[in-house]
Amino acid sequence: MRDIHALLKQRHRLGPLEPRKGGLAFVTVPRENLRGLLLELRDTHGFTHLVLLTAVDWMEDGLFQLTYMLNNRGRDLTLGIRVMIDREEAQGDTIHDMWPTAATYQRELKEMFGIDFPGSPRLDEEFILEGWTDLPPYRRDFDSLAYSQQTYAERPGRVTHDPREYMKSKLYPDGV
Amino acid sequence: MKDVDDKFLKNLDRTVPLREELRPRKVTTPDGQEIEIEPLKDYFCEAAPKVHAKSYFPIVEDFYNWARANSLWILGFGTGCGAIEMRPLMTPRFDAYRYGIQWRPTPRQSNLLMISGYLSVKTLKRAIRAYEQMQGPKYVVGLGSCTINGGMYWDSYNTIKRLDQYLPVDLYIAGCMPRPEALLAGFMELKKLIKAGKCEGANKYAENFATYKANQKSVIKDWDMPDYNW
Amino acid sequence: MFSFKPDRSQYPAPGPDGKLQIDLETGKYLKLWQGPNHPGITGNMSVELTVCGDEVVEGKTHVGYLHRGFEKLMERRTFIQVFPIVCRVCVPEPDFNEYCYAAAVEDLAGIEAPEYAQWMRTLILEMGRFNSYMMFLGGIGGALGLGITGQWMTYVRDLMLDRFEELTGARIYHMFILPGGVRGHLPEGFEGRMEEVLDTAERYLADIDRVMFSNSVFKTRTKGVGVIDPALFEPYGVTGPNARAGGVAKDLRKDSPYLVYDQLDFEVATATDSDIFARATVRRADVQTSIDLIRQILKKMPKTGPAMAKIPNVLHWKIPRGETYIKGECSRGEYGYYLVTDGTGYPRRINVRGPSYTHAMALLEHLIPGTNISDVAALMVSLHTYPPEIER
Repeated sequence: MRDIHALLKQRHRLGPLEPRKGGLAFVTVPRENLRGLLLELRDTHGFTHLVLLTAVDWMEDGLFQLTYMLNNRGRDLTLGIRVMIDREEAQGDTIHDMWPTAATYQRELKEMFGIDFPGSPRLDEEFILEGWTDLPPYRRDFDSLAYSQQTYAERPGRVTHDPREYMKSKLYPDGV
Repeated sequence: MKDVDDKFLKNLDRTVPLREELRPRKVTTPDGQEIEIEPLKDYFCEAAPKVHAKSYFPIVEDFYNWARANSLWILGFGTGCGAIEMRPLMTPRFDAYRYGIQWRPTPRQSNLLMISGYLSVKTLKRAIRAYEQMQGPKYVVGLGSCTINGGMYWDSYNTIKRLDQYLPVDLYIAGCMPRPEALLAGFMELKKLIKAGKCEGANKYAENFATYKANQKSVIKDWDMPDYNW
Repeated sequence: MFSFKPDRSQYPAPGPDGKLQIDLETGKYLKLWQGPNHPGITGNMSVELTVCGDEVVEGKTHVGYLHRGFEKLMERRTFIQVFPIVCRVCVPEPDFNEYCYAAAVEDLAGIEAPEYAQWMRTLILEMGRFNSYMMFLGGIGGALGLGITGQWMTYVRDLMLDRFEELTGARIYHMFILPGGVRGHLPEGFEGRMEEVLDTAERYLADIDRVMFSNSVFKTRTKGVGVIDPALFEPYGVTGPNARAGGVAKDLRKDSPYLVYDQLDFEVATATDSDIFARATVRRADVQTSIDLIRQILKKMPKTGPAMAKIPNVLHWKIPRGETYIKGECSRGEYGYYLVTDGTGYPRRINVRGPSYTHAMALLEHLIPGTNISDVAALMVSLHTYPPEIER
């Protein structure tokens, strides 16, 4: 992995390599360099398997992190490529022409995070949700509990315990 | 528990537009005629469900109930994870067939709708359609904790928490998920209820039709089917 | 041998891009929904078919009927509270979720599970794999009208569920693998009872060989149908038995051994034809591998030892910022968990990479055009997809 990183570092403006155990490593790349990097990894270095494409919401920093996980099956290397994009006008670059299966991931990201991928097929069709009118649900500022309490009728009598407080009262009933 | 955002407020105003193929429009038939169609009206009967009156003689009603209890035909619609425990019931080890229970592929042939687990909003829509297409007398059994009070998915944004708000439930079987033995016990209990004439779910649905519809429509935002379809 | 050759003389001419211009109002096409309430569908999903005659010209997969928003719910729970809901992501083979999640948490928290727990996890995973294949063999028979295979395989699966119940206390959702190890030890006499189950299974599987794999109807309907070109494996992310049926001998148990698979002796089954029949035979061979592995594990595993490593107080458990990806070979292909933590007591994001996600969506939509309506169910079952892990 380090040899590939050293080779591509200058050309694609890669961040430092963060290795984890078992042939897994993460690296950050600017958005403009993503397509070139993916193409080179796929065609020259044998990273032909797109494992997953997902997003992480860093709400505090105003950023979405797109994670492209690529795998080289021959050498058993997995490389997670992080791309930071702006949270307000979230937009990524479609890679469905490189991996047709990426179109599905991009549909999910569009629906669940509201990240746009211009040019990706069937992007605006409903994928999982139906008739959804609210914020994209995987965003951190969407509150699942509040939504469910306001939308669905609940059966009365359900009690929720804070696990820490509850265990304290069970273990130390005298309040020691 | 930590909530992500306390100031969260649900957006109530936005509505979902009707899908294009369901809007009333003019079409040209293959033989060149121009006709106007209204897909939501043309293919469905608009009559609301009716209350099925009991027989005048109690003994006749008892006989009917005995017959109904001994032929429960389940719609094979696996709506959630509970469907995986239905499979062993169909095989000789647990063998529900010996009680006159069998699984049918279409709602038209069945009279028992098993809601096997959590219902997401998208499936709820299909379950309502399936229920309304079934022939009366019909029964609904909610299976698993998630149909009773949300269970494991109490804070999920996509699953309903109380099935009896949306469909008339005759019996709940608790558990996550209920074992095949529990299902068999539930079937036996349902039979007792039917024989005692206490399973009036279909009539309840007809009587409180407006309430049920209002509940259903409050959850299903893109209501794009007729109010009652059978 | 009979093969399906559609008569395309009645088709409208394809457009400039070589694709058919599908206009429903010409009366030449018909939309047909297979699912969600349909016997020929794997679980609660649906395929929207556009047919011309009895040939399918377009198929679109619709999922979301089982969406519970797991990835959101996990963000709202502490690391130990996530544990009871992860297994519910995939119903027929829940153990893989537990293992992947536990391993991801251990990786980020720097905990090493003890050796006994590693063996136990391998045993649980193989038992789960066996169950999942039983579902498949029953399902593929059922999709082609062989009801008896479903009956037999469900019975054998039930016997294995009994062993699960004995070991873990639950039939379907075991919740036996915890971050840090497993919950307990093998009960007394477990090996003998497991051996009985495996013997019964082998007897039934020999019957399946005769009834299903030698059946001329089964062969005629599956050979040469639903062929995946091996060139499509990489672009469409095909992994596991579906790829092995096309001659790609890739198995994460061999290629990047996790748990104790490097101490076990097994072969990776492959086939060459990449059609429905090849996919079924690969899985049939894999069941045998699983049975052999269970026997080996029970023979080689240590008899005693600690089952749990020391983990911090779970109520105050905070994991430093980091991200990791843990993968394993489940019965359908590569299963993985992508876990991101941010230093608090809650996970920042968990993403589940289920193999059905790629198989049932892009790949199925690519394979469907040109098949006969009656083959769609068999095609779908042969990809071995479980809807709950697509939409989670």
